[in-house]
Amino acid sequence: MKKIINDPATVVAEALHGLAVAHPERLRVTTDPAVIVRTDAPVAGKVAVISGGGSGHEPLHGGFVGSGMLDAACPGAVFTSPTPDQVQAAVTATDAGAGALLLVKNYTGDVLNFETAAELAEATGTPVRSVLIDDDVAVADSTFTAGRRGVGGTLLLEKIVGAAAERGTDLDGCARLAASVVAGVRSMGVALTAPTVPHVGEPSFTLGADEMEIGIGIHGEPGRARVPLEDADRLVARLVDAIVSDLPFVAGDRVILFTNSMGGTPLLELYLAHGIAERLLAERGIEVARRLVGPYVTSLEMQGMSLTLLRADDQLLDLWDAPVCTPALRWGM
Amino acid sequence: MACTTEDVVAALRRCAEVISEHRDELVELDREIGDADHGENLNRGFAAVVSAVDSTMPETPGAALKLAATTLISKVGGAAGPLYGTAFLRAATTVGDAAELDAPMVAKVLRAAMDGVVARGKAEQGDKTMVDALHPAVLAAESATEVPVGELLKAAATAASEGAAATVPLVARKGRASYLGERSAGHLDPGARSTELLLGAFAGGQR
Repeated sequence: MKKIINDPATVVAEALHGLAVAHPERLRVTTDPAVIVRTDAPVAGKVAVISGGGSGHEPLHGGFVGSGMLDAACPGAVFTSPTPDQVQAAVTATDAGAGALLLVKNYTGDVLNFETAAELAEATGTPVRSVLIDDDVAVADSTFTAGRRGVGGTLLLEKIVGAAAERGTDLDGCARLAASVVAGVRSMGVALTAPTVPHVGEPSFTLGADEMEIGIGIHGEPGRARVPLEDADRLVARLVDAIVSDLPFVAGDRVILFTNSMGGTPLLELYLAHGIAERLLAERGIEVARRLVGPYVTSLEMQGMSLTLLRADDQLLDLWDAPVCTPALRWGM
Repeated sequence: MACTTEDVVAALRRCAEVISEHRDELVELDREIGDADHGENLNRGFAAVVSAVDSTMPETPGAALKLAATTLISKVGGAAGPLYGTAFLRAATTVGDAAELDAPMVAKVLRAAMDGVVARGKAEQGDKTMVDALHPAVLAAESATEVPVGELLKAAATAASEGAAATVPLVARKGRASYLGERSAGHLDPGARSTELLLGAFAGGQR
C-alpha cells in the first residue's frame, strides 16, 4: 500500500482537519463526534439538509456543505456509515426550527444509523424526515437483497434539494422534492481496479489485468458481472443501455447527465467517455440539458467511472442552476 | 452459579480481547463478501467499551450491558454498530436492575437480544447474517436453563459456532453481501462469525 498518510487510524481525522483549514470561510468542522457544518448555520427559517456516509468518497459529502447545498455532513470511518451521535450533532448544529431532512444512501449500515439518529432527534422535538437514495441499477431491487445502493445520484439529490431549501421550501416540500428526484435518477458504474482501504492495506477485491467489474458499487462491492476489459465505446454503451432501459428514459426526455470518476480515472479518459455518452443519448433522442463531469462521488483511488441520468423538468433544471457555493461545487455566486 | 456485575464486566473485557485477536480475520471475511470494515469497526467499538467500563465502573449487570450498548452505537458505525448496540440495549432492558443473573434470566436476555437484532435489521434465519448464529444459540440457551450459567453460555456458544459455520453455503439476502447474489455462497458470514466469537467470549470465563 502506498498512500500519503501517517497512520491508518487517523486518516479521517487528519483529512477533516485539512478540509477545515482549507475552507475556513465556508466550513466549520467539529470532532468527536465528527461533523462538517456550514459556517452560517443554523440559517434562520431554513430546513436543514443533512447527509453523510463513510469517508473515502470525497468530495461527497463534506465537499458539498455550503450555501445552496448541504447544511451539514457526517463523515464516518472509511467506507463505514457515521454513527447516530454524529447525525444528532449535525441536526443540533443546523436546526433553525424548520426541521431537518436527512438524505441517506441506501446501505444497511447507513439506514440503521440514520434511523436511530432520526428517532433520537424527534425525541428532542426537532421534526426530521429521511429520504433514501437508491439509484444504482446494477443491483436487483428485490426482497432478496438489501435493495439498490445510493451512488452518483446522491450528488444531484443534494444539489437540487439544497437549492430548494435555500429558497425557503418547507420540510414536507423538500421531502416530496427529494422523493421525486430519487424516482427519476439512475446510475451505473464500472471498475478497472480495486480501491485500498487504509486500515486494510490491500485491495478490496482482485481484478485481473484484463478484467473489469460492471456495476461496481462505491465501496468496491461487486456488481453485475466481471467481464474482459472492453474499449470505451462498448463500455460506455453498456452503462447507457443499463441505465436508459431501467427507468426507462425515452426519446424526448430531458436529462442531467453526470459523468463521474471513481477517483483513479483521469479527466482525459472521463471526458472521452462523456463524449461517447452524449452521442449515445442523442442517438436515442434523449436531450442532455445539463451536464457535470469530474471526480465527485469517488471510491478512494479506484480506477473506474459511473454515469448518472436524472430526468429533469423545468423546475429541477431551475434548481440545478440555482447558486451554490461549496468547496467542491460552485456556480452562480 | 449466577452471573454478577463483575462477571459481565469481565466478559465485556474478554469480548474486546477476542475481537482484537480476530480483527484481521473479520476484516478478511468482510473483504471477501462485504466492504472489509467489520473487524476494524468492532475492534474500535469494544476497545471503547473497555475504556467506558474502566472509567464508569457500572454497579449492576444491566448498567454494564447498557454502557456497552451506548458505546457500541456511538463508536462502531456500519450495520454492526446499531445491531450489536440494539442487542446489548435489549439485554440491559431485560435485566433491569437485577444484581445477579441466573440461567433462566440469561436465556431471556439472549432471546431479547436476538429479537432486537431482528427488529432492527429485519433479517431472518437463513439470510446469512448474525441471526444465523444467534438463533441456534438462543434455542440452546432456552433448553439449558436447569444448568449453571457457565454451562448454559457454553451450550449457546457451541450452537452459535455451528450456526455460523452453516452460513458458508448460504446466499446472502441481507446486508452488503446480498449485492453479490450467488457469489456470496462459499463464504463464512463475518457477522455470524463475530457473534460466535462474542458468545464464546461470554462463555469463556464462566464457571
